[in-house]
Amino acid sequence: MSGKPRASTLPVILPAGERLARAALRERRAGTHSLRLRGSHGWALLGAFVLGCGIAQAQSQPEAPSIFDTLWKWTPLLARGFVFNLAISFIAMAIGTAVGLFLGFAQISLLPPVRKGAWFATHFFRNAPWLVLLFYCMFLLPFQVTVFGVRIPIPDWTKATLGLALPVMANVSEIARGAIQSIPTTQWEAAGSLAFNRRQTLWMIIFPQCIKRMLPPWMNLYAILTMATVLASIVGVNEMMTLTQRALSAENRPGLLLAFYSYVLLWFFVYCYPIARWTVRLEARYAVNQ
Amino acid sequence: MQLVWDWFRWLNDATGINLTIFYDAFDRGRFASGFWMTVKLSVVCIAASVVIGVVGAWIQGSRFRVARTIVYWYIQAFRNTPPLVQLYFFYFGLGALIRGVGGPLVTNVTWAIVSLSFFAGAFNVEIFRAGVEAVPRTTIEAAESLGFSRLQAYLRVVLPLAFRISLPALNNNLVNLVKTTTLAYAIAVPEMLYVSSQIWSDELNVPVMMNVLLVCYFVIVGVLVYAMHRWERAIRVPGFGA
Repeated sequence: MSGKPRASTLPVILPAGERLARAALRERRAGTHSLRLRGSHGWALLGAFVLGCGIAQAQSQPEAPSIFDTLWKWTPLLARGFVFNLAISFIAMAIGTAVGLFLGFAQISLLPPVRKGAWFATHFFRNAPWLVLLFYCMFLLPFQVTVFGVRIPIPDWTKATLGLALPVMANVSEIARGAIQSIPTTQWEAAGSLAFNRRQTLWMIIFPQCIKRMLPPWMNLYAILTMATVLASIVGVNEMMTLTQRALSAENRPGLLLAFYSYVLLWFFVYCYPIARWTVRLEARYAVNQ
Repeated sequence: MQLVWDWFRWLNDATGINLTIFYDAFDRGRFASGFWMTVKLSVVCIAASVVIGVVGAWIQGSRFRVARTIVYWYIQAFRNTPPLVQLYFFYFGLGALIRGVGGPLVTNVTWAIVSLSFFAGAFNVEIFRAGVEAVPRTTIEAAESLGFSRLQAYLRVVLPLAFRISLPALNNNLVNLVKTTTLAYAIAVPEMLYVSSQIWSDELNVPVMMNVLLVCYFVIVGVLVYAMHRWERAIRVPGFGA
């Protein structure tokens, strides 16, 4: 990856191939596909929402409140669910990043057992599906722990957060390892010649350079994680998707399905779109001087 | 074989590690069918999504603007919505519309296959298109000068070359697809996650089954990743890429 591209013995592959190879490498490192939201997606969603509202309005009884009143009535509840989604994503990302960075550093350790253990942990959690890890934490963690006679309850959403933090951890670990290895070895040699020891080199020279390489995939991972928080609805956490299902069954009116779900999608789009755009811009900016 | 099953029964008595999927014939059958269903889902979806990708990439290069636009919006719709939503859309939305007299015409397994194939197919179209774009126009012209028709040139010259270029990106996507098959749980497809949840609610051996499940997925995905990387290295275009 480092240095200039190798001279090709088959110089007939056009630049599209190189772009694909770079994208594949980036995705392999990030562990997820990159999110490429565009403005037109928002307009398509808005169209679906308007269409859903039209259907709902057409199917409703004459005396029933209008669809917009109904949506407005449920909005505070749904917003509370959305805040919950965001809280889960923040905490999972924070835990995942902290532990993942540690694992990433362990992956380039000079001690073989540490290196191999970290490699195994990373790939174990990267290969396991997110849903399985979520189930794992939901069912295996106790509902309360007793520490020095004090009972501390562990609510469902904490377990879901931990379940989502595990895959984030593994992906961050791989992102960190990839970033560290993408720094040219000359940097290490230069630091060594200036009498920096390994830890100093890593912390004061290599890692600061890694941050900007890690930022785009890290933000992409965050957007993916935010969308994955709705998986917690399968295991019964009171987040936005669960609350939407409850609202729908409480309303018990035909034709609300499309309107409500596209409304939820719009919320997620409005949140994720700026992140996705910013990621693309950062990627473009940092790609130049690599 | 009986000896092995008895050993697992002894393991349960001695240590409390209750692996009913080994010594209980009924659970063994259930788990095996779940494992088999996951493998089947994965293989069928991989094959179908690759076909969708190839056909989609071909249409994207065609002269018909309408066909190109349809494929473009298909990609946008399936790339940017969560697969769970797509699964619900197919199963509850379309499944409710296509309904025979005596029950659903299309089973949930088929819906899972259709939905997951279209999900992964959307990514594959883009991957193959980039691969096809990487093949120079002159190569196609050379094939045409040798008397290949447009379809023949695509199938015999462009695609084999594009496939080798696309394979790394394709692998990422296929590994992702195998992991996404767990979502079929949500529409009660009896795959490994679903069957395991049945077993642990019957036998109350949640921790043991959870670990079994995690190890099984690790092995399935691990084998796929290993095999695909070997293949990738074997048919790599010499001197191309990092």
